[in-house]
Amino acid sequence: MGEFKVHRVRFFDFMPSGIRCMAFNSKADRLALARLDGSVEIFNFSNNYFQEKVIPGNDSRSIEAICWVGCDRLFTAGLNGEVVEYDLERLCPKYTLDAFGGPIWTAACNSEETHFAFGCEDGSVKLFEILPDKIQFERNLDRQKGHSVQRILVDRGPAGTRNKDCVVWNVAFLSDYTIVSGDSAGKVQLWDANKGTLIKTHLVSKWDVLSLSVSENEDSIVAGTSEGTVVQFQLLSPKIGDTETQWVRTRTFKHHTHDVRAVTETRTAVVSGGLDTQLVICPLMDKVEVKSSESVLRKVIFPHRSLVSCAKKPSLLLFQFPDQLELWRLGGTDTIGKPGESLPVTRKPEKLLQLKRKGDDHICCSTISECGHWIAYSTVSSIRLYQLQCDNNNISITKVSKLPKVLRSAHQLQFSADSSKLFVASEQATIHVISVSRSECKHVHTFKPKSDVFLPTGSSAPVHLLAASADGQWLTSANRHCEINVYNLKKLKHHCMVPVYNSLPSAMAIHPETNNLLVTHADQQMFEFGIVDKQYTDWSRKLQKEGLHRCRLKWGTPVTHITFNPQAPSQVILHDMHMFCIIDQSLPLDGLKAQFYSQLTPKDTSETDKPRKNNALKICNKYQPLLHVNLLEDDWLVVVERPLIDIHSQLPAPVRQKKFGT
Amino acid sequence: MAELYEGFTLCGLAAGQSRENSGLLGIEPGRDTDHVIVTGAGRTVTVYKVSDQKPLGSWAAKQGQAVTCPAVLHGQTGEYVAVHDSKVLRIWRDEDINFEKVFKATLSAAVSRIHALPSSEPLVLFQRGAVRQLDALLAAPQQAVEEVLSEEEVIRWSSCFLEAEQPLLLFSTEKSGECFLYLQKLSPNVLHKYNIGSEGKGVCPIGFTATLEDKCITLMCLYSNGCVYKLLVSLHPSVEGEQHLPKSLLMKLPVSEGVLHRAAIACLEEGHIAIVGAPPSASTGDRDFLCIWKTNFPTPQASKELPGGADGPLWCNAGKLYVTHGKVLTVLPYRCEKSSLAAALGKLKQTSTQGDVYKAFCLYWGCVGVSREEVEEVLEPFLSCSPVSPQFQLGLAHIAVELLKRCQADPGFYPQSVLARLAQTGRLSHSSCPGFLMLALEKHDYFLAQLCLQHFPDIPEAVICACLKAFLSVADADLAQVSVDLEGVSLVDGPGQSLEVVQNGFSPVLLEEDSCDVQLTPPKLDQSSSWTDMSLTCPLFLQYLQYLYVRSSGDVYTQLPGLRAPTMTQIMDWVSLLLDAHFAVLVMAPEAKGLLAQLHRFVRSQVRLYSELGKIQGTLQELGKIKKEQEIGLYSIEVIELF
Repeated sequence: MGEFKVHRVRFFDFMPSGIRCMAFNSKADRLALARLDGSVEIFNFSNNYFQEKVIPGNDSRSIEAICWVGCDRLFTAGLNGEVVEYDLERLCPKYTLDAFGGPIWTAACNSEETHFAFGCEDGSVKLFEILPDKIQFERNLDRQKGHSVQRILVDRGPAGTRNKDCVVWNVAFLSDYTIVSGDSAGKVQLWDANKGTLIKTHLVSKWDVLSLSVSENEDSIVAGTSEGTVVQFQLLSPKIGDTETQWVRTRTFKHHTHDVRAVTETRTAVVSGGLDTQLVICPLMDKVEVKSSESVLRKVIFPHRSLVSCAKKPSLLLFQFPDQLELWRLGGTDTIGKPGESLPVTRKPEKLLQLKRKGDDHICCSTISECGHWIAYSTVSSIRLYQLQCDNNNISITKVSKLPKVLRSAHQLQFSADSSKLFVASEQATIHVISVSRSECKHVHTFKPKSDVFLPTGSSAPVHLLAASADGQWLTSANRHCEINVYNLKKLKHHCMVPVYNSLPSAMAIHPETNNLLVTHADQQMFEFGIVDKQYTDWSRKLQKEGLHRCRLKWGTPVTHITFNPQAPSQVILHDMHMFCIIDQSLPLDGLKAQFYSQLTPKDTSETDKPRKNNALKICNKYQPLLHVNLLEDDWLVVVERPLIDIHSQLPAPVRQKKFGT
Repeated sequence: MAELYEGFTLCGLAAGQSRENSGLLGIEPGRDTDHVIVTGAGRTVTVYKVSDQKPLGSWAAKQGQAVTCPAVLHGQTGEYVAVHDSKVLRIWRDEDINFEKVFKATLSAAVSRIHALPSSEPLVLFQRGAVRQLDALLAAPQQAVEEVLSEEEVIRWSSCFLEAEQPLLLFSTEKSGECFLYLQKLSPNVLHKYNIGSEGKGVCPIGFTATLEDKCITLMCLYSNGCVYKLLVSLHPSVEGEQHLPKSLLMKLPVSEGVLHRAAIACLEEGHIAIVGAPPSASTGDRDFLCIWKTNFPTPQASKELPGGADGPLWCNAGKLYVTHGKVLTVLPYRCEKSSLAAALGKLKQTSTQGDVYKAFCLYWGCVGVSREEVEEVLEPFLSCSPVSPQFQLGLAHIAVELLKRCQADPGFYPQSVLARLAQTGRLSHSSCPGFLMLALEKHDYFLAQLCLQHFPDIPEAVICACLKAFLSVADADLAQVSVDLEGVSLVDGPGQSLEVVQNGFSPVLLEEDSCDVQLTPPKLDQSSSWTDMSLTCPLFLQYLQYLYVRSSGDVYTQLPGLRAPTMTQIMDWVSLLLDAHFAVLVMAPEAKGLLAQLHRFVRSQVRLYSELGKIQGTLQELGKIKKEQEIGLYSIEVIELF
């Protein structure tokens, strides 16, 4: 089925930002996570830990604390002294409010969710009342005014570090009037709040205890240290049957190399994140009832969306960074080789363009047209479109100055296959169709979402995925309510809606010949929907019956891109972080159950391997971790790898130098 | 290892006894370990003091009467009990002289055997299967005795035990080819019957022995086809009625003609059994051997040829085996050592007397001044065959030791090729022939030294150091003639990989050649200046260290999920799972405290070891990395094929 020449690209310097803080909302089963660059991500824990929403960062925003209110209100506070509430549909700040206390270091919400307390640089604690659509300043608790009812002085560290000041990084207040503190001397201490006395000291680290979290029913505390460890304490009775309980240090996890800045605990797992940028969801085996996706250790390193777009014909790659775009032209070779060989690079890859964004807002989406002449990107505040002229070695870029007024911000951008149209998924859940040409850019049409009769009107969520057909007739959009709408571009009207499946679509594409829509979901399911027939195809039904997902379930990361092979129309190429695979729709699926081959060494093809050729699923995990896989013309594949070691090498040195050789 | 010491004759047997009838009814323990009661097949009962080989007392029944069951000593009263003419019970003391005048009681049924127990009343087993305690029987000698066995069912063997002050009697019966086992408990009187099942046509049990351990009777049964089966008889069977007793094959004796007619088995200590009437190996055609076997690994541990024909019966009492052969009763003291790792690895000094065949060889070379050629000639066929018995291994060690002695005594004698062949068998170790490697060094035989390093698992540090010194000081010119294989040094095969690969880095071609003589196969050694001493010795030394390391750590990671025992990885999985899920419980449970502390200590030591390994891994990992980094830059073009 195929020999491919592979552009193995490692020059996408993607660098995720470190994790600063997080908050778990058990009612919604979602985790909100703030990164050092001011971006906020929301992970849906009941949907295979999918990164459901990303609110792009802003240069002026630095988040120090994050808080949920109710099921769907999210607040952050940071060093710019502002409190921000976010619009979780439009994925941008709803409003910001200055607390007037200087930088805000910490925030907490009371359990009734009526008030916020913000700890400010000037030493004051500001109390805000939470109202249905805003928060309102109520009172100021000043350190000097003697409000405090109890003063606890945390001891300095053990001998040798006594000359250093001890900073309490974190406190937690339990309902039984126990105060838990984590400090820079590596201690987790338990205090009696009524008497102000120390109950117990646990020395957990030689360095700082940076984060603390108490489980919802207050029987477990987790603490993150700057050594990269997470330590769990549990409230246990020393003897079986004894009613008296005490906090006992139980487990220690070491999944991080750097500061663990944020920890939290869900019902079944300890979640931690820190400067090493990865989110680690570590299952607590005693809480996991059945062996399922919950019982697997997960590390989220890359975003669950594609940051790379590809212009196939001119072999261009567009890389999206928060603050810039990079356009590269792939290299080439004159020689032909046998499978397994590396070919000499006769034309080196070239960085054609580095496009810095304007303003403080980070780039949230970007795209390049198939022909390579158009680049578009969007932040939460603006959309920009550029025309690119590339003759021989001269590259000129022109910003299209007059964009239609309807374009304000986009959640997803996509050019049509013939590059004549730009589809803009707006923050209002509509899709604008813009015709682009050298002379002008014109607003052609706006598709309004066809609301499901079962959903209340106006609830339609913004679109996060777009796919256009090769013949220019169909456009599909997927939104965060798992709705997939199909629009007819010729007739400019809504065509149909794909039956709603209760997992977020993670990638979709329309087949260039059959116009069948292929969708993968966050739970690793895959469906094929015949757009013309408005029904699932036979292959899709067979797939559901035979279960392709059985092989795929092993990988915890969602599929982020789907493409087709123009040379062999039956081949679908899709990838996640760990592998890419080719599914041949013309081959029987029954082979999948019996055989599953990984192809670490794809070179040896003897006669005995012949039956493998009839296997519908071919997997290649030679390249990883993957950020992007796409098929260019003439059996050229492009894989964009980002080795983790490259990410690690850009991190600051960890506090505890790891031992040689490990 | 078990050992058989030099035996002695206790007494002669009555003349005219045929081979089928050994002339002895039985040997029973006397008043202490040094006394035995020998009951002759005719009319006599004699008490011997074994160490003095002297009879202390003898009693004989009247002419025309025959003692029909071995006399036993009533442990509580110090009286002897015997039966003559099947039904007449006799009880007497040491001081009684006239057998005719001692206590006599006539019973209502024929007695099969009387079993004495050290601290309990003797048990009387009647031929029809009933069991009585002696005192109960004496109270009413003419009492009716029930018939337990069916018609034509005959008792073949019986034995009794004392479990928790309760006497037990186990006896086996045979009825038209079928075998049954009965377990009789007294107070309460319970009888269990088992069917042992038959072993095919013409195959019948010819010897039994049983031991009681951990509330379970282990019965070993020798069949006429040479198989020894093990049957476990529970003392508290749950099922009523006749049960089928499953048996497991313990070992199969090498029976050359296929059928044993007469042989006897006796259970010794520490998993050893003694068998008389079957040879230790098939090649030893004659059967007049007494052999001690280990049952865990069916290997002969010691053997003794008994002239005049010995095929049972066999008794065992107080560390001595009693066997009749020819016209004498011979006493053979034996010793069964607890098997230890040291013994298994050959680290315990062997002082035993096994391997008469090899001994003969050894004496031949050691004493007679045969030439090197003669030795080669004699040994060549011997080494060419590849038997795997432990005797062969021990024999090899003997040969090696004798050759060494000879070499040391006679500087001109150095059978290099034989020594090399010996080393290449892979069955020698440093402890089995100390001095072997040093001899090679003395003779500057680096080829042999390398062989030793490659095949000996247990070279002490000091000797390795000596080797290193020798290697480092060797002149290049010397090496030019030596067939030290430098090519193969880097290819190290762990000992656990497979049995075929014991060459440990040697090219198979070299091994397959008949002779590895220095002169015959001078290797094509590129004696360029780049060869330094270190490049020769370092890899070799590292290879040896790795060999030792792999050996000591076992094939932890190459093992498949264990069929018998769980593999290391499986154990780790379970430990992790258990600790992960129940750590809190374990921490709180007081009874787990010691265990956890112990586990922690062990794990800590392992972690220390692994941190050292981490360093090694780090060092070696860099090698691989350098290669890779060169290959993949920021951009490359590759061709792949998906199929």
